[in-house]
Amino acid sequence: MNAVSEISNVAEPDSNIAGVVQPVRIASVDDGFQTVGDYRSERPVIEARGVDVFYGDNHAIKNVNLDIGMNEVVSLIGPSGCGKSTFIRCLNRMNDTIDSARVTGSITLDKEDIYGRDMDVVLLRARVGIVFQKPNPFPKSIYDNVAYGPRIHGLARDRGTLDEIVRVSLERAGLWGEVKDRLDEPGTGLSGGQQQRLCIARTIAVGPEVILMDEPCSALDPIATARIEDLIDELRQNFAIAIVTHSMQQAARVSQRTAYFHLGKLIEVGGTEQIFTNPAHKLTEDYITGRFG
Amino acid sequence: MMTSRSGSIKAAVQEGLRRRYRRERRFRWLGLGAVVLGMVFLLFFFATIVSNGYSAFVQTHILLDITAPASLGEEWDATQLERLSYRALIRDVLQAQFPEVGGRDDLRALNKLISPGAAYQLREKVMADPSLLRGGASVWLPADDEVDMLVKGHVDRETPEANRRLSDQQIAWLDQLAADGRIERRFNRLLFTSGDSRDPEVAGIWGAAVGSFFMLSVTLLLAFPIGVATAIYLEEFAPRNRWTDLVEVNINNLAAVPSIVFGLLGLALFINFAGLPRSAPLVGGLVLTLMTLPVIIIAARAALTAVPPSIREAALGVGASKMQMVVHHVLPLAMPGMLTGTIIGMARALGESAPLLMIGMVAFIVDIPQGPLDPATALPVQIYLWADSPERAFVERTSAAILVLLGFLLVMNAVAIFLRKRFERRW
Ligand SMILES: Nc1ncnc2c1ncn2[C@@H]1O[C@H](COP(=O)(O)OP(=O)(O)O)[C@@H](O)[C@H]1O
Ligand SMILES: [Mg+2]
Repeated sequence: MNAVSEISNVAEPDSNIAGVVQPVRIASVDDGFQTVGDYRSERPVIEARGVDVFYGDNHAIKNVNLDIGMNEVVSLIGPSGCGKSTFIRCLNRMNDTIDSARVTGSITLDKEDIYGRDMDVVLLRARVGIVFQKPNPFPKSIYDNVAYGPRIHGLARDRGTLDEIVRVSLERAGLWGEVKDRLDEPGTGLSGGQQQRLCIARTIAVGPEVILMDEPCSALDPIATARIEDLIDELRQNFAIAIVTHSMQQAARVSQRTAYFHLGKLIEVGGTEQIFTNPAHKLTEDYITGRFG
Repeated sequence: MMTSRSGSIKAAVQEGLRRRYRRERRFRWLGLGAVVLGMVFLLFFFATIVSNGYSAFVQTHILLDITAPASLGEEWDATQLERLSYRALIRDVLQAQFPEVGGRDDLRALNKLISPGAAYQLREKVMADPSLLRGGASVWLPADDEVDMLVKGHVDRETPEANRRLSDQQIAWLDQLAADGRIERRFNRLLFTSGDSRDPEVAGIWGAAVGSFFMLSVTLLLAFPIGVATAIYLEEFAPRNRWTDLVEVNINNLAAVPSIVFGLLGLALFINFAGLPRSAPLVGGLVLTLMTLPVIIIAARAALTAVPPSIREAALGVGASKMQMVVHHVLPLAMPGMLTGTIIGMARALGESAPLLMIGMVAFIVDIPQGPLDPATALPVQIYLWADSPERAFVERTSAAILVLLGFLLVMNAVAIFLRKRFERRW
């Protein structure tokens, strides 16, 4: 099932609809479209090349190239339904759980093919952690939430090591001070912002190289959001981070590079500063100036 | 202009509001009426059962003064006690009580006041405490069911003698015994400790209860693990295709198949083909397993679907394998629902009689089954058998057995509710 090498932008369904009722299409998103800007990173950890994703017949991601680099935050922005979540979920194969989803193209993690035969999906997800939109702690204690990943991966030989991992992870997630006296209380009893930081701690605890975040702050209030943003900035020292966000301010605050998606295509990618001050593509400009979104 | 328009809108809304409120009130009353009607039926049902059945929990006993039979001599050992004819002993004792009675027919009529099963009772008592035979001891022994009915007032003593089972003479003896304080209604222990009998006064539900217990144990041991495993496989692992759709449809259909059909299947499969013994709780349990499985599978699948996908994603996201995700996170959250479904299914199995008739569990069985391969009946079948018996005394015993069965069902449902409340977790 090595679908990776068949970089398939050939059988684009766009050609099928000639003669049939033409859907309203934005003129500048053409068939032979090329992403504006440099999609490469200086120190790439993940390299996606010619990625297409289909949900059944729905072509959700179209020929996307993008790098995620070490010590940098890449933010993925774009209108709802443009495929940001779909793309990010390809990077640790969360899409495997959706029966209708089919991914083609090549995605590598440290030059290893993510969809290759040798790649173990369990190990992959330990190396590429993910934080979801809605905080989803396990209905277990705070300690067990963080300790779960290390336990199943056998990262701690004894209780002492495990305690240490839990402490360090919670510290890095900026939650240790608030929960150190109640580690055995249920994680679901925390506030929304604390829950999301707990989820981040849970992800960090496994020791990933990459952290994917899918709108991690959209369910949080501004104060909790600010804490998570600070946290993301700190985490950058040790991880490669990709974050999907709806807030352009957030993208501007936390990320070094920004990628703008539109209807499944990566329209433009570049330094965050450049994208927000001097977008090259008309669609990017329309989006960041709030003309649609 | 603006005000008049908003005024007319207000009037229209108010008119509509009145209609809406009226509709709501009507609906509330309808719902309340339905609930009240249901409660009335339930109350009527319980009142009938209880009023019919409560008198079966006591049984008329007759006090007899025991003396050792002359045949026994001065010294005796256990073997002699075992061989003793307690029937003759009771006959002698009764005759001593009524020395004026003579003649074969009269003596037989006198003997009929005491239950034929009383000899076993007396034997049991004497074996437990041989000093009873040393003289001076009195023993309460169960009266015959006709006597019991008369004492309890279920039979009218004013009916003409020809239409009565007890003669005027027998009633006179009874009155004499009663005057001596030798007739009493005592707790009917035998109802709970003995097996079935042709004589209502010594018939009990213990044999059927043990049969039901063995049967339900077999059912639980098979249906719960198989049902849960099936549900987990179908819900979490099986690919969605035409085959799994077919399996799913058939499981749903099986849940609606009349239970007697499962009995026929069990007869063909387990008895005729596999050669398992007839009337055995093992076969009953297997049949009830077939019947309960679809119910458990459906409940377990519903419980699994109710686990939020975010928990699954969280587990997969930190690198849990599918099996780990299911065992560590999904199953604990789904367990209360699965247990509830299982207990409801088991309660249904406990009350089931039709399929058991097909596999011979309807036989008249006196002995208490010692294992799942011994011949046995089940509680609902016992009720069916008693309801079918001509003796008047079985009427109240039928209701009493129904009460016991209802008690078991209530306990099981209470356990289901308890488990749901106890293990219900928020997420
Ligand atoms: N599980 C799914 N099954 C089928 N289609 C999906 C699924 N998830 C997303 N899609 C489709 O893929 C497209 C991109 O969705 P998504 O990646 O969620 O967008 P975004 O995260 O940018 O809002 C949408 O057209 C959506 O309808
Ligand atoms: Mg999304």
